[in-house]
Amino acid sequence: MKHRTFLWFILPSLSAMVLFIALPIVSVFVQSLFVAHDQVLVVTENCGPFGCKQTTTVDQEAMRALKEAAPLGKFNGFETYTNRGHLALAEVSQAWRSATGIGDFVLQVLNLPFYRAVAFTLSYTFVVTPFVILLGLAVALGVNSLPRAIKGPTIFVSLLPMIVTPLIGSLILFWMIDSRGLIGATLQILFDDPDLSLKASPTLTWITLFVYGVWHSAPFSFIVFYAGLQTVPQDTLEAAMIDGATRWQRLRYVVVPYMTPLVTFITLMQLMDNFRVFEPIVGFSAQASATSLSYIIYNDLRGGDSQLFGSAAATSMLTILGVAVLLLPVLIRTWREFNRKPV
Amino acid sequence: MFLKQIALVGAVSALMASTAYAGCGLTSGSVRILSNDFPALHAVAAGAEACAGGGVEVTKNQTTEHNDLQVAALTSNPAQYTTAVVANSSILPLMNDGLIRPLDDLVAKHGQGLQKSQLVTIDGKVMAIAFMANAQHLWVRDDILAKAGVSAPTTYEEVLSASQAIRDAGIMEYPFAMNTKSGWNLGEEFVNMYMGTGAEMFVPGTAQVAINNDHGVAALNMLKSLMEYSNPDFLTFDSNATQALWEGGELAIANMWGSRGGAVLDDEGSTEEVTSNTRLIAAPTWGNGSVPASTLWWDGFTISKNISDEDAEATFVAMMNGISTEMVQANNDKAVWLIDGYVPGRAAEGIAATATAGAAPYPMLPFMGALHTALGNELSDFLQGKESAEQALADVEAAYNAAAKEQGFLK
Repeated sequence: MKHRTFLWFILPSLSAMVLFIALPIVSVFVQSLFVAHDQVLVVTENCGPFGCKQTTTVDQEAMRALKEAAPLGKFNGFETYTNRGHLALAEVSQAWRSATGIGDFVLQVLNLPFYRAVAFTLSYTFVVTPFVILLGLAVALGVNSLPRAIKGPTIFVSLLPMIVTPLIGSLILFWMIDSRGLIGATLQILFDDPDLSLKASPTLTWITLFVYGVWHSAPFSFIVFYAGLQTVPQDTLEAAMIDGATRWQRLRYVVVPYMTPLVTFITLMQLMDNFRVFEPIVGFSAQASATSLSYIIYNDLRGGDSQLFGSAAATSMLTILGVAVLLLPVLIRTWREFNRKPV
Repeated sequence: MFLKQIALVGAVSALMASTAYAGCGLTSGSVRILSNDFPALHAVAAGAEACAGGGVEVTKNQTTEHNDLQVAALTSNPAQYTTAVVANSSILPLMNDGLIRPLDDLVAKHGQGLQKSQLVTIDGKVMAIAFMANAQHLWVRDDILAKAGVSAPTTYEEVLSASQAIRDAGIMEYPFAMNTKSGWNLGEEFVNMYMGTGAEMFVPGTAQVAINNDHGVAALNMLKSLMEYSNPDFLTFDSNATQALWEGGELAIANMWGSRGGAVLDDEGSTEEVTSNTRLIAAPTWGNGSVPASTLWWDGFTISKNISDEDAEATFVAMMNGISTEMVQANNDKAVWLIDGYVPGRAAEGIAATATAGAAPYPMLPFMGALHTALGNELSDFLQGKESAEQALADVEAAYNAAAKEQGFLK
């Protein structure tokens, strides 16, 4: 294709991407460089149903003039990125100086909201992603060897966790794991521990969220693998059988290599999806034990009576950066494979 | 149940018909209401809607997400809503951004029925009309307290000993609960507890936070002692969760919102045994303090700045019709009304007792929201036993400072 033709060919999607992806990101980036104007405070007398009191209020007139002069707010540069709510450079270096050992340093750093969120987000991503791939493959292989009559219904049932809206799914499970709920009560009987609660301990909350993540995403990898299994060349499989390969050897040396591109695809999708884990934290009311990057963005925007747009924007930019770093190895690998092939 | 609804609908529509007949004296204007979503506010909105007709148009958006809509919706010109129903915390963002108008002339013209205490004045200007009150206070089950041989607690120290007595008597393992869900709820519990010390939350006249002290440590330790008697899931407890526990008969003492009183004491969702033995009493004091460890809240309506004077007047008149004495008489038990004609019932006893005992109103400071958020986010580590009270308060202070700097309150 000529370059010119190619340009015209992709122009519609390119302009849509600029309009709906690039420009919003630029706008969020600009927002992250600004904070609110310095508030002009005055002390006034406030009265209400419960009496009068001298309190501090914002001077409207003075603020209006400031806002009209600079509607975006006060330029703050990258200071929002480095404050305690984000990279917390000052706090981290303070922790480095005062820490008694590497363990103490890690504890002090994990006490900061951003790093705590990063710790859970990364743990979630790296625990859930491999389990989703393995479980999906196992379910796909299992379903593939079922008799034709029950295949359809089994596929439908296996897909259910993905069909349920994440927030609804996690809310339902939240009530089921309650100590009076179906799962919670059963676990108490199984482990013979009347005080066992999945909601109380941070460790159990993390495990619950991981299990939920695998439960929710496994159908996605299942259906992709199942589609892939339908295209595995039967000749090669039969040749392997004639050579005396066991079922395991056929899986290991024929099926899995054939499906490597699918594994790459699912890994990419799952890394991206799991890195922005959010709904289960809200659904399971898990914010005391587990927060993610997406959750702290939400908390900046919806946590209180007023919104911290600059803070939320800075976390968003850091999240985009995180996704890019995370996907880089997979993307480089794909690029190399692409270049190896004769075009 | 069905019959009751029919009767209720009939009563409401009769009320609407009678007031609509009166026409509220309006001939034109647009009234657009934004409010939270609970029965008392439905009644107020229904009263305002009765003014619709002729040239008057009344629309409403009643949603629990109102806090997140209000600033953007009232910033546009003309504003999306002509009135936002707020509480003493959610009025602050509107005040901070100058999005609501002074109501003095409207009060003079149309506010004859109002009591002076309903006028929320800031710097001498009426900015909101309060119509209902709320507070967190103790709820007790008289039958269980009697079985354990203790009287209703008046201090948190007595709450601890009563809870221990109930546990020792083998009645309940976790007899106590409060709304301690990590986030806003937990922040509110700390604010309540700290208010019980009588100390200031900020250095007066500045945005400098002042909770990182002995009072703060003592308040945190009291919260932690109380949590010994609360179900280990306490960091997930919001109002819906504690109400369900109470209605399920699983609690003997709780610190909950008075506004839940109507819903618990009615004949739905619980047993006769629970409702007949439930009593709403004043919030306790603690640590030899004399002020109840609670904050008083009001709900009221404001009028947007970015609307025409005609719409503002129509809105004020319609909302005044919404908070009329007739509305209160028809919906007496749905809230603790601040309006003339209200007859306090069983559900109001706790709030009334808490206010009489001298509880302070929730601090109406422009930077209070930032502190509340910081408290809600940073205190759960301490309650889980992962860090010391001093460390938790230092974290709160640091988180508040970062947020307050971003909002321009601290340099």
